[in-house]
Amino acid sequence: MIRRLGEHKAGICLAALGLALMGYGIYRGEAAVCFQKAINICMECIGIG
Amino acid sequence: MGKKKITNEWKRHRVQILWALLTNSYLIGFVQGKIYKGKLKNLCVPGLNCYSCPGAAGTCPIGAMQAVIGNWNFKFAFYAAGFLVFVGALMGRFVCGWLCPFGLIQDLLYKIPFPRKLRTFKGDRLLRKLKYVVLLFFVILLPMFLVDVLGQGAPYFCKLICPVGTLEGGIPLVLLNKSMHGALGWLYAWKNVLLLFTVFLSILIYRPFCKYICPLGAVYSVFNPISVFRYRIDREKCVGCGACAKVCKMQVNPAENPNHPECIRCGQCKKACPQQCIH
Repeated sequence: MIRRLGEHKAGICLAALGLALMGYGIYRGEAAVCFQKAINICMECIGIG
Repeated sequence: MGKKKITNEWKRHRVQILWALLTNSYLIGFVQGKIYKGKLKNLCVPGLNCYSCPGAAGTCPIGAMQAVIGNWNFKFAFYAAGFLVFVGALMGRFVCGWLCPFGLIQDLLYKIPFPRKLRTFKGDRLLRKLKYVVLLFFVILLPMFLVDVLGQGAPYFCKLICPVGTLEGGIPLVLLNKSMHGALGWLYAWKNVLLLFTVFLSILIYRPFCKYICPLGAVYSVFNPISVFRYRIDREKCVGCGACAKVCKMQVNPAENPNHPECIRCGQCKKACPQQCIH
């Protein structure tokens, strides 16, 4: 078990870093910007804007 | 052997179909010509799935990244980048092979018979680097620096390149909303040409968009060698027969590098190995 955890050390550390970055992004209010973009039709994405 | 291989590939396709349905479960949107506006759209999905698809229940991480980078208030997208680091560190390009709706579409298109399928060609290896250029320029640098008077950058990858938005969002929304017809112009035509080209290439070449263009695949590929879910080779058992490399449609040699950046974890090499030495 401990050996397996050791094998995955880099992956686990990076996953934790990813979560921390997500948390910081949410704290800064980025999720709200993404949400606003996602709930309105993105004209550029569909080739109109 | 042949029959077993086909059956096993459909097992993966069933997972892909289920995941595509789950992440595009707002089916009423395809009837009404509207998109989902609920709270689930606060969350990113791991694959390339346009949030303007009428069925989309979540947010495309590449779209989210451009939206935040292009916003005058921010300039770097920690939320979307963190999500990609998190998913990449856990799964690497397993997402491409199992959880991306556009990967599924390309898989199915490649099953269409064609007189001569292209396995590889001169310049194939070099062209695979293009996806990193697309990621750097169209997803990060252009939305960051090519801004309007308010300091807002457009989502240039979605706007100029992404065929997923055209297929999942543009075509159904335009078909279902007559009010949009008047707004169609050169950009819509360009994106449809790109989509048709991608569809044609996908019949000819296995997953051309994933191999050469996809910025999401570019991000996940970096994590392939260290992701928690990855392949291991039992070197003592491996006889170097080359069966794994022969069956790989991404042209990876798993015996040399089982976690090559191009590996999408489809598992065909595991099934082909006569010694069962890929785990």
